[in-house]
Amino acid sequence: MQNRHKKLANILLPAALMTAVLLLWEWYVRHFGVPLYILPKPSQIFETLVLERTVLFSNSLVTVGETLLGLLIAVVAGMLLAVVMDALPMFKTAIYPLLVVSQTVPVIVLAPIFIIYLGFGLAPKVLTVMLMCFFPIVVSFADGMEQIDPNQINLIRSLGAGRLQEYLLVKVPGAASALFSGLKVAATYSISGAVVGEWLSSDKGLGYYMLRAKNGYMLDRVFACVLVVILLSLAMNGLVRLARLVLLPHERGGRRQAPEEV
Amino acid sequence: MKLQTEDLAFSFEGRRIIDRLSFAVAEGEFVSILGPSGCGKSTLLNMLAGILPPESGRILVDGQEISSFSSHFAYMPQQDLLFPWKTILDNVCLYGRLHGTERALRLRAKESLPVFGLAGYGNSYPKELSGGMRQRAAFLRTALCEADVMLLDEPFGALDVITRGEMQDWLLGMRARLGRTTLLVTHDIEEAIYLSDRILILSGSPAHFQKEVRIEDRERNREWLFAQRARYKEIYYFLKGESDAH
Repeated sequence: MQNRHKKLANILLPAALMTAVLLLWEWYVRHFGVPLYILPKPSQIFETLVLERTVLFSNSLVTVGETLLGLLIAVVAGMLLAVVMDALPMFKTAIYPLLVVSQTVPVIVLAPIFIIYLGFGLAPKVLTVMLMCFFPIVVSFADGMEQIDPNQINLIRSLGAGRLQEYLLVKVPGAASALFSGLKVAATYSISGAVVGEWLSSDKGLGYYMLRAKNGYMLDRVFACVLVVILLSLAMNGLVRLARLVLLPHERGGRRQAPEEV
Repeated sequence: MKLQTEDLAFSFEGRRIIDRLSFAVAEGEFVSILGPSGCGKSTLLNMLAGILPPESGRILVDGQEISSFSSHFAYMPQQDLLFPWKTILDNVCLYGRLHGTERALRLRAKESLPVFGLAGYGNSYPKELSGGMRQRAAFLRTALCEADVMLLDEPFGALDVITRGEMQDWLLGMRARLGRTTLLVTHDIEEAIYLSDRILILSGSPAHFQKEVRIEDRERNREWLFAQRARYKEIYYFLKGESDAH
């Protein structure tokens, strides 16, 4: 019972605060007559969201496409790099600081350089997404493999497993849970990565839409677009959670532990 | 002799743990290696299982020298080490998965589940099982290896006293059924008396065999075990004397 109350509170409390903030915001803009190019009313943002839904939807498709492609490449490349790092500890020692440093360079600086190298097409956006997602994936997966119980490795070796089987049967599945934690972070940021790429050079996508709306001082459209970015980011997060449920069935809250009996 | 070692030695961090260790186990014999914690019992088993390479000395099975991993040994570690992401059936069939005999092994495993007290749990995950059931699943995984010598490293050490007693009763029953050469490592005197044909007492630094106890009785049960006080006493005072001497 207590647990159910807590769950209900977990939903109701943030929702109540959110509503209060929106009401305050609405009142503030109306009461003080704040112009649109400074701050739009929440009601107006929702209205714009409905009016602009077709344009926002078609631009979302572009952004989501870039995001999924970038994320997919990041997952494949990140997992491969993590396995190589795990197999070659010297290589791991050498590359780990570089990976950390690569994360400290602001994406907003790197993206224009990608445009110089790769042109104005799809590639620089995908690369921006990849760069933002790569790090959490590599680090979580490599750390997950490092934390595997060495006794489990010994066991599979005593059963006659080679190096490849050791990875396929123990290390990769054993680190999958950690990988998904990193992936959840990566997926949540991935949409923003694509938007940054589009913002800097594009003729389509949510970033491009937002840039044009901003240049026209149509802040209601900017905010409506931000709302779409938030929703898509949450959807990406949900997608990873769903994939985790499907791919790691043993993590689901299963049956109660069996009683002791012989 | 089924299994023989000659002058096995092993050092860890510059300290010799095991020195010139030689012993032999006959076909079908159940031998316990008894000794205090940290005396090198598990190290010995790890060397036989091919997890640790011996510093010097030889290991022979059926008179043939073996090195590194060998399919002669089925190793059961202290913890069950069931993979949480695999079902019980997948876990116990790991050997088959690794050696391309999974299909045949699954059939045998399914038949064996009830014998191992795991009927209806083939598709469960390890977290859904009790400690004793997990240990039996780990034992089934070991039994399904096509090996002629079973190496059991304190298999019931992590269980509570009642569950452990039940598991010992159960293993005693399985012993005759499997009829396989078994080497059990334990620090539990009662367990060693209850299950073994022969007990080898390992102690000292570096460790070597100090004493051998043979137990000929065929018919055994708990009552029989409670009547073995004289044996228990003898082994206890021997171990105590050893520990006081160091």
